[in-house]
Amino acid sequence: MAEGQAGGSRFFGASGRHLLGVQGMHPSQIIPILDLAETYVLMNGSRKTPRDRLRGRTLINLFFEDSTRTRTSFELAGKRLGADVVNMSVSQSSVNKGETLLDTAATLNAMRADLLVVRHSQSGAPALLAQKVDASVINAGDGTHEHPTQALLDALTMRRHLGRIEGLTVAICGDVAHSRVARSNIHLLCAMSCRVRLVGPPTLVPGAMASLGVEVHHTMEEGLRDADVVMMLRLQHERMSGGQVPSAREYFRFYGLDRKRLELAKPGALVMHPGPMNRGVEIDSQIADSDQSVIREQVEMGVAVRMAVLDRLARGNRS
Amino acid sequence: MSSTTSAIVFENVRLIDPAARLDQPGRLLVRDGLIAGIDLPGAEGAPEDAVVINGGGAVLCPGLVDMRVEIGEPGHEYRETVKSASRAAFAGGITTVAVLPTGTPAIDDPAMVRLLCSRGEEPGHVSILPYGALTKGCRGEELAEIGLLSEAGAVAFTDGARAVATARLMKLALTYARGFSAMVVQHPEEPTLAGSGCATDGELALRLGLPGIPTAAEAIMIARDIRLAEMTGGRLHFGHVSTGEGVDLIRRARERGLAVTCDTAPQYFDLNENAIGDFRTYAKFSPPLRAEVDRLAICAALADGTIDAVASDHTPRDADDKRLPFAQAAAGGTGLATLLGVTLTRYHDGTLSLSDALALLTSKPAALLGVSGSSRKKGTRSAGTLETGAPADLCLFDPDRAWRVIAGELPGHAQNTPFDGRALEGKVLGTWKSGVRVFGDGV
Repeated sequence: MAEGQAGGSRFFGASGRHLLGVQGMHPSQIIPILDLAETYVLMNGSRKTPRDRLRGRTLINLFFEDSTRTRTSFELAGKRLGADVVNMSVSQSSVNKGETLLDTAATLNAMRADLLVVRHSQSGAPALLAQKVDASVINAGDGTHEHPTQALLDALTMRRHLGRIEGLTVAICGDVAHSRVARSNIHLLCAMSCRVRLVGPPTLVPGAMASLGVEVHHTMEEGLRDADVVMMLRLQHERMSGGQVPSAREYFRFYGLDRKRLELAKPGALVMHPGPMNRGVEIDSQIADSDQSVIREQVEMGVAVRMAVLDRLARGNRS
Repeated sequence: MSSTTSAIVFENVRLIDPAARLDQPGRLLVRDGLIAGIDLPGAEGAPEDAVVINGGGAVLCPGLVDMRVEIGEPGHEYRETVKSASRAAFAGGITTVAVLPTGTPAIDDPAMVRLLCSRGEEPGHVSILPYGALTKGCRGEELAEIGLLSEAGAVAFTDGARAVATARLMKLALTYARGFSAMVVQHPEEPTLAGSGCATDGELALRLGLPGIPTAAEAIMIARDIRLAEMTGGRLHFGHVSTGEGVDLIRRARERGLAVTCDTAPQYFDLNENAIGDFRTYAKFSPPLRAEVDRLAICAALADGTIDAVASDHTPRDADDKRLPFAQAAAGGTGLATLLGVTLTRYHDGTLSLSDALALLTSKPAALLGVSGSSRKKGTRSAGTLETGAPADLCLFDPDRAWRVIAGELPGHAQNTPFDGRALEGKVLGTWKSGVRVFGDGV
């Protein structure tokens, strides 16, 4: 298969037909998606979307991990473009009966799906599927590897508010080590020549992450200074039981986003969060609901970006 | 205890301040509880209101900083209270103690740290620098709130005489603590090898029929943790090292530039395993007393600077804890009143200069604990120094005056000394905390 080769051909390359990750994507591949998504933002606003765009196409949402917002977002995106959308979640599928991932792939292939949106707890599972199916595979989050549409929607949100992406200083704060959202954002923002800072305790932001071309900070005070964007990540409860963080109160005291810390960032800096939020753990409620927060808008951008991705992939497939 | 006066002049003293490389006769002025300055020989005259103390040529040095002390509070007040421990400490010239977090409850909550700090601020009490629990309840399972405990005043983190057993937890601890520039203090003993042992593996343990602990238990833990410190960049310190193999590993790690430090306790350079003789439980320690070859290696490591501090490892235990079959008896000895005298044996036998011996008891532990010099953390009370402006915590002692350790007559409550009957050279004549005399009368 051609995807995953050098030159960023995992996406929209000469023969690339999947979206498995942001790593390797060039700005010339990123910007057209954002531009197309802009048009879908307007259409979503006026409730006039091109329902004939994906007519006759089948989109299967294949979620091996629970998700509400991402699945719903893809479902809406597909439906607004006129695709036939089917949701499969693992609890209802034969995976629980012992079917292997590749058996599932063969089954879905026989059903002739055009677009396969996959979420899986294992890094690399969508890439494995992509080798075995005729459909375009869209990674909707795999393990701690990537969540490419999240990074694209975050980029779109930043661009709409700040007018550009290039050269922004973006602080990504919290459980970076276990975050696929963070990885996709790091790749995208670095490709777009942003200054990326990772902020969190060393157990969640290992110093070795600097090898990705980013700065590593272990205090919010250092990491947030003069940032254009503060992106908070969700602290999973298993980080406490796993021992990486001693308690929620300590986490909030040193790594939570509150008014005082946000004031260290540039005036009017954007506050982002991929959701769902833990209020009072990684973010103060007042900040989450403040004027600087674009958290709800991220959700809106999510549908538009996914429409753009589905559109481009389906049309690429057609030609 | 005498009352506060606004100014005190110590004259006819030999001033030793290892941090400032000062060792010469002179005078020291104290005003309002703080060190106000040093005069070198020849200076005359004193402030009119000053009380003059003639040291008679004795040594005046910073009050000692003892970096490893267990106090019965909280939870075991029948063994020791802050008050009785303070009496013993002051009699030993100690004005600051770092207290282990292994009380009941363990010091794993910021409120407990603040409580211990404030106990040390009460009049007549020794200054307390609390260790925070490294893991919740010192149970060795989950990390304690290292950030909040640091903020409350915890100077370093340890589970006391319980080793952090798994490599994974030690890695997490060193990694997480690094975010707060906090030091992790390990009990250097691989617990599965130590098992229920109570003496060092070897001929003596064999003869006595006591379950042994191989010296390798220390080496293995030190080697493992040095590797983890190297991997994580964490700040690692080993408490009471006692074997030649252990100090060799630390020496080599430092030669490679790693920030690994250690302390030892008087029993490991002044006694060997023969002290347990006929099941003498007062000589039972954790780690256990070692063979003579290891004792000599510890002396060598003191001399070459591999060991950063000497701490008393004060462990108050009641007679009931000790009058048991050897394996069942509690480990540990009282050590506050004898810390200086036993350490000075290494000065008298030529292992250390007097200034180097005092550095191990003052400036070096103070620097490790972040209460002196460039490593001093903001807001802490400075200790282990004679610099102008520091609290006038002082120890006046005669390095040559002899005395005998007699269990039952030691100052303070705990009497479980392993040095009973020992003649020591080096007697404390007076101790001052914040310019207030807390031990000794006359000179």
